[in-house]
Amino acid sequence: MALVTALRRLAHVKLREYAWRTAAVSSGSWLRSQRSFTSGHFLRSDNKVTVHFVNRDGEKITVKGSPGDSLLDIVINEDLDFDGFGACEGTLACSTCHLIFDEETYKSLGPVTDEEMDMLDLAYGLSDTSRLGCQICLTRSMEGMVARVPESVADIRQSQDGS
Amino acid sequence: MLFSGLKWWTSRSLWIHRLHYGINGGGKARYSSCSPKVCIVGGGPAGFYTAQHLIKARPDVAVDVYERLPVPFGLVRFGVAPDHPEVKNVINTFTQTARHERCSFYGNVNVGKDVSVEELREAYHAVVLSYGAEGNRRMGVPGEDLSGVYSAKDFVGWYNGLPSCRELGPDLSCETAVILGQGNVALDVARVLLSPIDFLKKTDITQPALEALEASRVRRVLIVGRRGPTQIAGTIKEIREMVNLPNTRPDMLAADFEGVKESLQDLPRPRKRLTELMLKAALETPGEKEQERREKATKVWGLRFYRSPVEILADPERSGRTAGIRLAVNKLEGSGEGARAVLTGEVEDVTCGLVISSIGYKSLPIDASVPFDSRRAIVPNHMGRIQEAPGLYCSGWLKTGPTGVIATTLNNSFDTARSVMEDMESGTLNTTGVKLGSQSINALLENRGVKPVTFSEWEKIDSEEVRRGEAIGKPREKLLTVEEMLQVAGK
Repeated sequence: MALVTALRRLAHVKLREYAWRTAAVSSGSWLRSQRSFTSGHFLRSDNKVTVHFVNRDGEKITVKGSPGDSLLDIVINEDLDFDGFGACEGTLACSTCHLIFDEETYKSLGPVTDEEMDMLDLAYGLSDTSRLGCQICLTRSMEGMVARVPESVADIRQSQDGS
Repeated sequence: MLFSGLKWWTSRSLWIHRLHYGINGGGKARYSSCSPKVCIVGGGPAGFYTAQHLIKARPDVAVDVYERLPVPFGLVRFGVAPDHPEVKNVINTFTQTARHERCSFYGNVNVGKDVSVEELREAYHAVVLSYGAEGNRRMGVPGEDLSGVYSAKDFVGWYNGLPSCRELGPDLSCETAVILGQGNVALDVARVLLSPIDFLKKTDITQPALEALEASRVRRVLIVGRRGPTQIAGTIKEIREMVNLPNTRPDMLAADFEGVKESLQDLPRPRKRLTELMLKAALETPGEKEQERREKATKVWGLRFYRSPVEILADPERSGRTAGIRLAVNKLEGSGEGARAVLTGEVEDVTCGLVISSIGYKSLPIDASVPFDSRRAIVPNHMGRIQEAPGLYCSGWLKTGPTGVIATTLNNSFDTARSVMEDMESGTLNTTGVKLGSQSINALLENRGVKPVTFSEWEKIDSEEVRRGEAIGKPREKLLTVEEMLQVAGK
């Protein structure tokens, strides 16, 4: 299983390399003046898929992404300002690209791996229709989908050590 | 491949960055002397996440990060397990922050010794303490100081190249190791002790630790907690890694899981999935393939619940050496997260030559002028504002206590930065007076013979470490002493 995870990660990194290499970093994107483009950028715009994000202030942001891009790629490529989003750069090692969907959309997103669930379990504001943005790759059938960025919860004090 | 991809990314962004800002070594564009100046004490994740949010939230704020060691990133470098390189990706964001024209890094500056908090408050409009939790909770049992007993903090520092733990030289010649505590640090230590050496070889674990682990005779690791399976502190990713660890099999006590299945339905999803995973490893008859895997395994890991340390037992034949541990058997009072462990009066002895206590980190006071709650080992604060100390803030583990994953620290550091911003906007924090910031602090440091390491000087250390790592197929080989770090930095 560890091997499977490793392979998944490898494949993931390879797929994403083009997107990540110039602008991998979450909310760090504001720190750069450069923008990155996924390969989809070179396709005609009518090949693009429209995605609506609802940010933490409830504001709706409509952007387009190319099929094959992950939702995290889109956030990076479009320079969307979701603080702290994608801290581990899409390697399934944190839960900061947590997104919430309506039930119907959630069902259409396909199965969730144990490893994604493991990370989701640590997410702030976990819901039954939560997913990690780095694990969802755009397809044309996702046209018009809405993804909500959950509010972060301030100052959680869970006892994690010394059980 | 993963590593080379990342490295390529890093070097490319470095190149782009230089193109953008000009190759200016450590020199940063000086911001107007009227801009609000914030000082951050501690260059770990809390410090960098706080800096990131401050720089972003206001276009005029300048932030200086002071760090005791010559190298940045705190527990991301010295705490995160070497086989978790993905978590270390946060370093890329921290690097972007540190290279920002309104951010400066000063390593090798020991606040509290080289410069006082008072002096920092004099030089800056606001000071954020984010120096973490470097202290260690002691078990408080007889035998704790025997040879063969280590704190997880030191053990982790040793395999991760923390200069102060370089000479730990843990004795790994015994067969059984007992780890006290069941948090993620305990699970990291267990995994490192049992991982196939070929896995570790490709990580940034230090070479001396790798050699010691290669020669290790530890075959069995027991991870002991005072409460039950539904109170375990570790998270599911780390438990799953144990379940899947090659060449190992689980060894659990069915009695520890009595009644657990029945309580599953009342648990929230994260707790439920974690408990189900442990139940599966502990009680279920494995499938044919898994059965075969377990039979071939030469190493064993096990969780032990409802046990507290009473005494570390000395070897009667080899004075001063650990021969075992006496554990008290507990029962639970109450249920759920708040359940308390109470002694039953029963004890049992476990033979082991290595005891690692992983019952928690603890923040230490930095300076008599800063309020400190020694019972909770945190700085008393409200949303990061240190009580009765205007202009003084805290973030990270110093603020909340040593719990949570990277996302927890990210959120709590952003919250502190928000408090600073609010106070600047409301005028609670006076930013009208001119403060000299690093200019005055650097003069003080120079008088005291302290040579701060800038971020571009850290990048020299970084390149040297990566170069040394490349030669032996590792992502980096860390420099192990402060002296060598300073030398490579050109100090």
